[in-house]
Amino acid sequence: MASIRKSAESAATGERQRAMGLLAKASRAELQAAFDALGDKPAAQPVRGPETGLVMVRGRIGGGGAPFNLGEATVTRASVRLEDGTVGHGQALGTDSAKARLTAIFDALFQQPARRAGVEALLDVVAARIADEDAEKARQTAATRVDFFTMVRGED
Amino acid sequence: MYVAVKGGEAAISNAHRLLADRRRGDRSLPAIGIEQIVAQLGLAVDRVMAEASLYDRSLAALAVRQARGDMIEAIFILRAYRTTLPRFGYSKPVETGDMRVERRVSATYKDLPGGQLLGPTFDYTHRLLDPSLLTDEAVEAPLEREEAGEPVMRVSDILAGEGLVEDDGSLPDGHVAGDLTREPLEFPMARDLRLQALARGDEGFLLALGYSTQRGYARTHPFVGEVRIGEVEVELDMPELGFSVSLGRIQVTECQMIAQFKGSAKNPPQFTRGYGLVFGQSERKAMAMSLVDRALRAEEFGEDIVAPAQDEEFVISHSDNVQATGFVEHLKLPHYVDFQAELDLVRRMRREYEAAQNIDLPEAAE
Amino acid sequence: MTTDTLAFAGGFDQPVFEAQAAFRTLMDCMARPGTIGRIDATVVPPAPLNATAGAIALTLCDHDTTVWLTPALSRSALPGWLAFNAGATVTDERQNARFAFVEKGAMLPNLSLFAQGTQEYPDRSTTLVVEIDAFEGGRPLVLKGPGIRTEAEIAPVGLPDMFPHFWSENRQNFPRGVDLILVAGARILCLPRTTIVSVKEA
Repeated sequence: MASIRKSAESAATGERQRAMGLLAKASRAELQAAFDALGDKPAAQPVRGPETGLVMVRGRIGGGGAPFNLGEATVTRASVRLEDGTVGHGQALGTDSAKARLTAIFDALFQQPARRAGVEALLDVVAARIADEDAEKARQTAATRVDFFTMVRGED
Repeated sequence: MYVAVKGGEAAISNAHRLLADRRRGDRSLPAIGIEQIVAQLGLAVDRVMAEASLYDRSLAALAVRQARGDMIEAIFILRAYRTTLPRFGYSKPVETGDMRVERRVSATYKDLPGGQLLGPTFDYTHRLLDPSLLTDEAVEAPLEREEAGEPVMRVSDILAGEGLVEDDGSLPDGHVAGDLTREPLEFPMARDLRLQALARGDEGFLLALGYSTQRGYARTHPFVGEVRIGEVEVELDMPELGFSVSLGRIQVTECQMIAQFKGSAKNPPQFTRGYGLVFGQSERKAMAMSLVDRALRAEEFGEDIVAPAQDEEFVISHSDNVQATGFVEHLKLPHYVDFQAELDLVRRMRREYEAAQNIDLPEAAE
Repeated sequence: MTTDTLAFAGGFDQPVFEAQAAFRTLMDCMARPGTIGRIDATVVPPAPLNATAGAIALTLCDHDTTVWLTPALSRSALPGWLAFNAGATVTDERQNARFAFVEKGAMLPNLSLFAQGTQEYPDRSTTLVVEIDAFEGGRPLVLKGPGIRTEAEIAPVGLPDMFPHFWSENRQNFPRGVDLILVAGARILCLPRTTIVSVKEA
């Protein structure tokens, strides 16, 4: 019983993790458009932020060894509380406060079963845009791949 | 007697106003925008991010504009800005093996999984000035080719299969990655801390040191195992949530330098490695960093320390261009009193010297 | 309310201004040991930590500071509240703690078990924030040392009788040692390691 609950919990965690990852990669325009399209706008109280700070980005020695501190990156985060008490967190690289706040609102909405579908629609848009961009870049890179030709020595 | 003086407020204020004017330059020309700097002077922006040790393209571009293109000044400004921000945490280590590769070349293997991907490189250009860039001529869209879908395997993993190369680089269990932004530097230091210092080190300084190793000052017989440039995911553990979330992607350049090693009492002959990892697209810096990283491991391999590039205290203490410029440039600030004291001293020494000469003269005349 | 919601609530209303005001008060009180300052905080930390101690925590603690808590505070929602509102993490090792919090009525922990700093970096020591009942009405203690013109007098209620002895032990390895911030209601009083505490002669 406990293990069933635990796996359901971790599945929910995984979904929210995926959603937050996509929200972090959403552009502010995508978030704003999705927010503007919401039928009833949620009232969101700020709990923390929006605030900009630093995350120390780590690498690994040799690419896969012990961690080391590579350098910092700007991160902006916000936390909001909806009227029913749901707390949402938003955080992304960069210094865009409006984006962080919108991200937090969508994270809160994602946790509400009745409103999740609306957030999923936004996530689909973001995921599709990123997939397109990645594929295009990959094709451009592939065009610069070196094809080696074996120079056959003449027989005569 | 020491006389305290003050003054210069008006001159300073007017100088800054003049600076703003010169920065803007000819008003009949359009001002350069931050987006333009990010998009069209991207590698300058990347260098500022790397050496300021702060990944933020917009802020780095702003710094470049504010500094009128003076890179070290821009790095200084961005470094100063970062001190005003709170630290949210440490990311999980970025996985360069999972990088979305935009360029990857290897000098050690011709055919390797993922292939040789040249990407947007200056290599094989003729370094001839291009008059077409004098005007805003239309630029052709890049060509595309269907991707093979082959994973871009790490060269170090290929070599590791044969057991002829050392592993990625481990530190003792329980070692916490050092952070030079939090603790003062102490020598000797572990490799993790050295890499942090090198990653923010001056490109020119590291390039010169890397070059010196090639010219025989601590030669290591290096090959570029691979250089790869691309985007990696930055993930942060969220204690309030109990899981990690992605914050987005950053672009990094990684260099795996492979160096011959004859072996020692402790270690069999094998290839050793130097590592370079830098924010943005910065191949020269990543390569130089990996050469210097390898040279600084001399003691680890029982090599004689004979060259500057192997001297940890020398390299790490002088690699930071913000510290360096601060100390060098402070020499132009008023030293009137110090100099007055030196002047008195030199005058006295000169009098004594001349007096001694006069005494010596008759002897010399004999 | 669940523990989760508690952790996300009760931070400063105006983080910058309130933290700056609290910092100023702490700095002044630390510079003039024995002076009583006041921090009227809007923060609502999880019980049993009091509001002023909570404001001190949010002012002084951040991602780079590890915090030690008494067993009662550890069991409360405080660790989550500190993590969310200050970014600080809780440690069980007193030696690793940059700050330590002790609620009213809890036993004053042995000061020598906390980080004492090093000879080169005496600042790498623990600062303890201890809530007591009152600053008046207890046994009079005389304070001397830097920041005090001649001597100052306090009469705290809620410190152990042996406190002057514990404090002189804390001063044995100067410049190493811990610093103390006492809290009574909304009022605070600081005892840096430079301050000499003695029982007032009758």
